[in-house]
Amino acid sequence: MKWRYFKQHLFFWIVKASIALIALSLGGLLVYIFVHGFSALSWDFLTEPPRDAMTKGGIMPAILGTFYLMTGAIIVALPLGVMSAVYLSEYSKQNRILRTIRIGINCLAGVPSVVFGLFGLGLFVVYLKFGSSILSGSLTLGILILPTIIGASEEALKSVPQTFREASLALGVSKWQTIYRIVLPNALPGILTGSILGLGRAAGETAPIMFTAAAFFTAKLPTSIFDEVMALPYHIYVLATAGTRIEETRPIQYGTALVLIALVLGIDLIAILFRSYMRRRKSW
Amino acid sequence: MVDKLNHDGSIIAVEHVNFFYGTFKALTDIHMLFKKNAVTALIGPSGCGKSTLLRLLNRMNDLIDGTRVEGRVYFEGLNMYDPNIDPVEIRKKIGMVFQKPNPFPKSIYNNIVYGPKLTGMNNKNDLNALVEKTLKQSVLWDEVKDILDQSALRLSGGQQQRLCIARALAMNPDVLLMDEPTSALDPISTAKIEELIDELKTDYTIIIVTHNMQQAARVSDETGFFYLGKLIEYNETKKIFTKPDLKQTEDYITGRFG
Ligand SMILES: Nc1ncnc2c1ncn2[C@@H]1O[C@H](COP(=O)(O)OP(=O)(O)OP(=O)(O)O)[C@@H](O)[C@H]1O
Ligand SMILES: [Mg+2]
Repeated sequence: MKWRYFKQHLFFWIVKASIALIALSLGGLLVYIFVHGFSALSWDFLTEPPRDAMTKGGIMPAILGTFYLMTGAIIVALPLGVMSAVYLSEYSKQNRILRTIRIGINCLAGVPSVVFGLFGLGLFVVYLKFGSSILSGSLTLGILILPTIIGASEEALKSVPQTFREASLALGVSKWQTIYRIVLPNALPGILTGSILGLGRAAGETAPIMFTAAAFFTAKLPTSIFDEVMALPYHIYVLATAGTRIEETRPIQYGTALVLIALVLGIDLIAILFRSYMRRRKSW
Repeated sequence: MVDKLNHDGSIIAVEHVNFFYGTFKALTDIHMLFKKNAVTALIGPSGCGKSTLLRLLNRMNDLIDGTRVEGRVYFEGLNMYDPNIDPVEIRKKIGMVFQKPNPFPKSIYNNIVYGPKLTGMNNKNDLNALVEKTLKQSVLWDEVKDILDQSALRLSGGQQQRLCIARALAMNPDVLLMDEPTSALDPISTAKIEELIDELKTDYTIIIVTHNMQQAARVSDETGFFYLGKLIEYNETKKIFTKPDLKQTEDYITGRFG
């Protein structure tokens, strides 16, 4: 009896300890970066380009670049992902080919991001001659988040009650119009939330863009999708590893990291608020 | 070429139909004519294939993977399972009301105009007139005429079901299939829908599945009794409920089996 009592407590204790450990390391990370990066933050830091071989000035081009890349990635991945999900969950019959496709998509989600970078380099930068550019980077990031978007969209499509489809089809409305007019609008909140969360992950990726889009340093802002851009994660990487003045730029590194984290958390927060808003509005 | 056949006075003719879910045979050799502008009731114990037959009549079973139809189903003399026939066109002519009310998460107004708009009806006045006409037909107009912009999901179950009937009528079908349309409703809503069925039969052919013997007796002109995927007896409702040909039918109707 006593032993069981003890075991139970021990178990609870372990569970609680793991949670505490996670919360602590996450909190510690945030606090650490905040403490080290906060001093670098200023209005100028957010709105000025780097100066003096990137040891001074701000990170505006990197913020802008990351913004462009994410916008590009979502423009590439959202239509493609949603259409794939519509095919998978609305049109395809359950068979071996479909299972293979699904396994393929799941594998894609597990591929290390540097592989996507190399793939983008090979296909978009070199073979299609897009060069290192917003276009190549967006396409690469788009492919990276494609599995997430397909998954989220399929989930959202499945959550639309079958009775809605039947009601529409029974009226003599075609399958495509049923999907377009009934299924997709009702799945849209879920699709968007999932996609935005996926996008948050892409925002912090360095490997996929370092060969395909990111510039070490460029003072001029991009004027077309064929221009290179600076990007937040790559900027941190560059400052922390390259050059001879790594120590000198520590505050900038942490400041940039802080901005990046704020950006990602901000995106996630928007997605979560949007979802809870739509859930409250949802009437079925 | 779509093969044609003449069946006097009947709008739908089911000829020696077998129906399979995969390898499971859900209907066996069904042979049955449905009279125009009449109400036909399909009765029988749970799982005997009533819904399957109903869904066969507007090709809703096509939506289920692995189903197969043998035999022929004629609608106004046209074999509706002919490969040249588009099931979408069939469903425009043969509407359906489901067991559970299933309005779209849209306003009352938009539930009704949804189908007509997609088939090219765009004039605002026509649509307004259609909404009023179908809601009056389904005896819902007085209850909702001031709240047409309100979500249909806020209506009561009985009101939702009448809205679903109005929505089906808005496509101006010839036939209305109803699968236990009142089983989820209270007695008052049920009575309303039964009255409605009685009125609708002047303009429409109605085929209704029901577990309620009184309902079948009250609303229908013809009744088919099914058991284990077979049509056991098919006769005038009056005859079925007073002097059925078969003992099996009588036992079911009087509640001695099933
Ligand atoms: N989608 C399906 N896949 C496989 N079998 C099915 C499917 N739908 C129905 N069946 C089977 O077909 C038979 C007839 O079913 P059906 O739904 O037509 O019965 P029913 O007479 O409408 O019953 P109830 O009165 O309970 O609604 C049942 O044995 C059922 O299990
Ligand atoms: Mg049924």
